[in-house]
Amino acid sequence: MTGEAIAVRLPRADIEAELAAARRPFFKALGTWVRNQPLGTVSLLGIIFLIFMAIFAPQLSPFDPVVPHYDEMLAAPNAEYWLGTDQYGRDILSRIIWGARTALYIGFTCAILGSTLGLVLGVASAYIGGWFDLVIQRMIDVFLAFPLIILALVAVAVFGTGTDKVIIAIALPFVPECARVVRAGALALRELPYVDAARALGFSNLRIILRHIVPNCMATYLIMLTSFLGQAILTEASLSYLGLGVQEPNAAWGLMLQGGAEEYAESAMWIAVFPGLAITLAVFAFNLFGDALRDTLDPKLRAR
Amino acid sequence: MKSIRRKAVCTALAAIAFGISAAGSAGAQTPKRGGILEFVVPDEPPSYDGHREGTFALIHPVGPFYSLLIRINPDNPSSLTDIVCDVCVGKVPAPTDDNTTYTFKIRGDVKFHTGEKLTAQDVVATYKKIIWPPEGVRSQRRQMYSMVESVNAPDDSTVVFKLKFASNAFIPALASPFNWIYQKSVLDKDMHWYEKNINGSGPFIFKEREAGAFMRGERNPDYHHKGLPYLDGFKAIFAKKESLRVQAIRGDRAAIEFRGFPPAARDDLVKALGKEITVQESVWNCGISFVPNHKRKPFDDVRVRRALTLAVDRWGGSKYLSKIALVKTVGGITYPGHALSPTNEEMQQIAGWWPDIKKSRAEARRLLKESGADLSKEYKFLVRGVDQPYKIVATWLVDQWKQVGINFKQETHPTGPYLNILRQTKEFDVSTDASCNYVVNPLVDVTKYLSADRSSIQYGQFIDRDVDAAYDKMIRLTDVKEQRKLMLDITKLTLDTHANQFSILWWHRIVPHRSYVKGWKISPSHHMNQHLDNVWLDK
Repeated sequence: MTGEAIAVRLPRADIEAELAAARRPFFKALGTWVRNQPLGTVSLLGIIFLIFMAIFAPQLSPFDPVVPHYDEMLAAPNAEYWLGTDQYGRDILSRIIWGARTALYIGFTCAILGSTLGLVLGVASAYIGGWFDLVIQRMIDVFLAFPLIILALVAVAVFGTGTDKVIIAIALPFVPECARVVRAGALALRELPYVDAARALGFSNLRIILRHIVPNCMATYLIMLTSFLGQAILTEASLSYLGLGVQEPNAAWGLMLQGGAEEYAESAMWIAVFPGLAITLAVFAFNLFGDALRDTLDPKLRAR
Repeated sequence: MKSIRRKAVCTALAAIAFGISAAGSAGAQTPKRGGILEFVVPDEPPSYDGHREGTFALIHPVGPFYSLLIRINPDNPSSLTDIVCDVCVGKVPAPTDDNTTYTFKIRGDVKFHTGEKLTAQDVVATYKKIIWPPEGVRSQRRQMYSMVESVNAPDDSTVVFKLKFASNAFIPALASPFNWIYQKSVLDKDMHWYEKNINGSGPFIFKEREAGAFMRGERNPDYHHKGLPYLDGFKAIFAKKESLRVQAIRGDRAAIEFRGFPPAARDDLVKALGKEITVQESVWNCGISFVPNHKRKPFDDVRVRRALTLAVDRWGGSKYLSKIALVKTVGGITYPGHALSPTNEEMQQIAGWWPDIKKSRAEARRLLKESGADLSKEYKFLVRGVDQPYKIVATWLVDQWKQVGINFKQETHPTGPYLNILRQTKEFDVSTDASCNYVVNPLVDVTKYLSADRSSIQYGQFIDRDVDAAYDKMIRLTDVKEQRKLMLDITKLTLDTHANQFSILWWHRIVPHRSYVKGWKISPSHHMNQHLDNVWLDK
């Protein structure tokens, strides 16, 4: 009876398309994706460029990002300092390149940490159900009532400043957000016949969760993860801008804005413009890529 | 001959032009009555009680409501010694009885804003509250009056201060801009009344305050300095963000900010407004310093502390940092240029002030090596989370120390938590510190560098009885030459021999204001000369 119901919801053509897509060679599939998702492709290239910049920062940056050149303070963009220098005479291009490393390190760590913990909590909440689900969901309600930046500020106030503590501060608010979305999917999965069948066969709960539920939540998980990447970069920049994130003299985009954005907005606007641009483009790239990924992985959107 | 005639004509024309200009400027200098002075204040007053607070955020909007016994001469505030009477008669009295008694005659025409007469009893009640506050009443500067034995009013127009010992520090301490005269009858009823209410005898009468927005005062028609104030009133606009304050002046929504702007803001305003902006600058009676935690390894070792100071290129720092931060003058622990302060030549004999930075850093590396300090470790540098000048100087310092091989990780905290760490938890290896004073009074200002059990604002936790002994001897002297000698000893002990704590640079006060603001003159402290009674608007 349940099997018939599924057949109605998933038409045969869709199932065949799924199977065909699964059999398609990687590059062909990539080509199709590039054609279907031009914005996603551009954003992916941007992300690859960012990752490249972060990995090869020592080779790419023309100067040490933390060493001041006091004779070159507030130099406008020129042949030597392509994007100019800041108030300490530090090369802005080098600081942006190294800042990519900070942004991606914090972005990826927070996104992976937050969405993975959210996945575990969401699946556990859905599968266990009962009072456990009730308690977890009410706690999540409380957390979701606060904006991300407020929660991050509270976490910074509790844990303190510095890169490691900022990671915790940013990752924590992601956990309930991801858990809520994953739980919705896991609740539906829990009722599906193959889960019933697994239970009937006497498989352990852990095995059912790991083998049958979690893999089917991966699409949601990946979409959440990519959306968190942009948010994490933006929140790190915000915290650093407020002086609560990464500390001087480390290179971080938000910190670069904090140091000179207001004071030198008129006399040396390059101090604010280039790090601001880096933040905007990075967040834009991750958000666009997240959208494209969602379009690809969500069967409902794909059917359209 | 032709040439001589041409020169003569040119000279005559120049003389006429100068005459016209001088006459014009003389005319412009005749004060005009009327107008409302609008100024911006970077913070709001925590309470209204000047005796308990120590912030400019109180002085700027509330100071004009009060009078002082004596004050820095508002027409000559840059002088370090020109102190004049406010509610007293004539000149500041000379001491008698072996320089231990000061007798002040109080004016008979001073009235509180409620209309009641201000008498010597009010002055005595005020100073008793400041010097010997009752339990539960906070007085921020009571330690400045350790030399005072008694203060009495034999009649309603005489105040007598009796000192335990003669001290040159007494009169400057008495002229503190926070020593507002309160009404005895009010204090008798409630010592805390002035924390939430205002009733002064100053040039302006409190009208209204809108929390988070502004505070307004109106001209006091019964002000005891006849003909003053020139203004009809003032409006103090609270604006925490510096960009907002700069824009307020630029857009003529405010005419001045009395605390001071960094160089970039000055340059922007001058560039945008040209002659409509006048800039006044002065060495600031505030010094930024760093203090090692003497209870933590390796900073318990004098060699490591000396290495820290030797690594810092103060002369170079002055050149570069003065372009981006409100610091400039190289000096020691006392206000540069004061009679008790060391000369540049004397300072250059002190470790960390040597003119040859290469030699200094070589010595720093040697000392670090000799001390066996763990240079692979990253030490914690506590930084006050305020851009100007703390964070900027801190970033520069970290680079200076890195050049001799000792690495610091900056940990920035907002002012509240920062002070909590300094005063309570003491979890830092080295911290930024500052000493911001009022009337230039080195004899009192250096109390910060006394042993921890004698100074509540010394955060290095060191005990230095040599410094304490030199200070105790110095404070009891009246001969400036001998005091200067002892002050130099204290400076050397603090900065070099015992390497307790280190001044870096003295702040530089930059006040760009609308050129129509006249009469206000910059002083070495943003707390002083804020009565606004001689300020007028040339509009």
